[in-house]
Amino acid sequence: MTPSMKATTDNRPGNDADLLLPVADDDGAPFWEYTARGELRIQACADCEELRFPPRPCCPHCQSFGARWQKMSGRGRIWSYVLPHPPLLPAYAARPGYNAIIVELAEAPRIRLVGNLVAAADAALNSVDPARLRIGAPVKVAFHAMPTGVTVPRWLLERP
Amino acid sequence: MGATLKDATAIAGIGQTPFAKQLPESEKTLACRAIVAALDDAGIAPSEVDAFASYTMEETDEVEIAKAIGAGDVTHFSKVGYGGGGSCATVAHLAAAIATGQASVGVAWRSRKRGSGPRPWKNTQVQLPTPGQWTRPFGLLRPADEIAMLARRYMHEYGATRDHLFNVALACRNRANQNPAAIMYERPLTREMYMTARWISEPLCLFDNCLETDGALACVVVSAERARDCRQRPVFVHSAAQGLPAQHHGMVNYWNDDPLTGPAWTAARHLWKGADLGPQDVDVAQIYDAFTPLIPLSLEGYGICGRGEGAAFTEGGALEIGGRLPLNTGGGGLSEAYVHGFNLITEGVKQLRGTSTAQVPDAATCLVTAGEGVPTSALLLRS
Repeated sequence: MTPSMKATTDNRPGNDADLLLPVADDDGAPFWEYTARGELRIQACADCEELRFPPRPCCPHCQSFGARWQKMSGRGRIWSYVLPHPPLLPAYAARPGYNAIIVELAEAPRIRLVGNLVAAADAALNSVDPARLRIGAPVKVAFHAMPTGVTVPRWLLERP
Repeated sequence: MGATLKDATAIAGIGQTPFAKQLPESEKTLACRAIVAALDDAGIAPSEVDAFASYTMEETDEVEIAKAIGAGDVTHFSKVGYGGGGSCATVAHLAAAIATGQASVGVAWRSRKRGSGPRPWKNTQVQLPTPGQWTRPFGLLRPADEIAMLARRYMHEYGATRDHLFNVALACRNRANQNPAAIMYERPLTREMYMTARWISEPLCLFDNCLETDGALACVVVSAERARDCRQRPVFVHSAAQGLPAQHHGMVNYWNDDPLTGPAWTAARHLWKGADLGPQDVDVAQIYDAFTPLIPLSLEGYGICGRGEGAAFTEGGALEIGGRLPLNTGGGGLSEAYVHGFNLITEGVKQLRGTSTAQVPDAATCLVTAGEGVPTSALLLRS
């Protein structure tokens, strides 16, 4: 079975090398190639133009196998959020008060991405005071290059 | 119209091991003990068993079970996926096989050492790339985190509060306090304990999460005709359903139009379509409770109340004995044992036999549900 993520042996919390990495499947690989270029793109049907997420081989609306990757504005709103507490994997337990959020994209609210609200693209996973989290808060995407070569989208408050 | 499931089969026997944080015996041994007990309860010899059904997550396969208990030639065996979403479907698959003549004596079971064994979410190597790549790197690690996300949104949209979730936890705990087999038999819960408990994934605290239990349960399914000759009062499978909604995404169901209407809604439509009864006829319910928010979501899905009314439904002792809908009367996954919901099936049988430790007077109809959020299943049982 394909591992979905690999934890590296570098456990220094400062450089995020201890966090889980996305391990892409065939359908998801383009998403991560675009984030590495600093672009947030969502899979769209090449025929009926319907956006779909998570990516998949076939359009559920028109069954077309043609797809393109549509660039998003990177703006959205917090749809929901959680504050995970232990027991957690060690890397996440080492960042107490970190959040996980769902962002609904401004131009396609049905497309929702799980991510983290942070103070700056390269700030720590727990760099935002949990009291700042609000459902509906406007956010914008930022890109954080992990030391392992993977770039993940993160989210900043529009009105910090 | 061909064969129908309606009242064609019945649960004739139930069996269980003790429940504990740690049991010394293996999952295989525990499975055999629960199955042998269930067959003895029904008064049916193991050599008559010709069908098995369990979960894909069950570690012991039917080959091992069949040769250990001394089953005969087996002509139907199936496994259902999606963890706790498969509980009721194990019985449903047996009912379908028996109603269509593919088998005559079916055993469904679940054996799990979740109390002393590993936590599945800690194994980062076996998570599937989809949807793990979209959630795990951001620290959305555990089922509790995934459901907490839906719970926060639910609270936001409908004004549900932690007190509503406490109502769920309290009802289950109160029933466990009446059930000597329950892990939490002698451990009452107070509102103060709940409100000051440590967080697991805010907005969910410790008491919003199910137990971690070692134990096994089983039940025996036969034709309605055969059940009438068995040792116990038969409990008929009146209706059964599975549910995988259009555009569903597993427990991280964040990407369809309406994430707060989960698989329960799909299963419910089919469950009631195959029944002579409606939600208003349910005397007692066993609702899958790995996490407290699954109760209001399921109450809405199965039509016990309207959309957005699930939290308010829990008010005024509605889930307690004597309330509008007594819930999880053995204590459920929150307070009796967490064995992927199988104890909810056996508790439903006890209620309709009249032998529950928290008996609802004259209970004749029981709704049993499997895990909401994941592809699910449900049973409507009748005495």
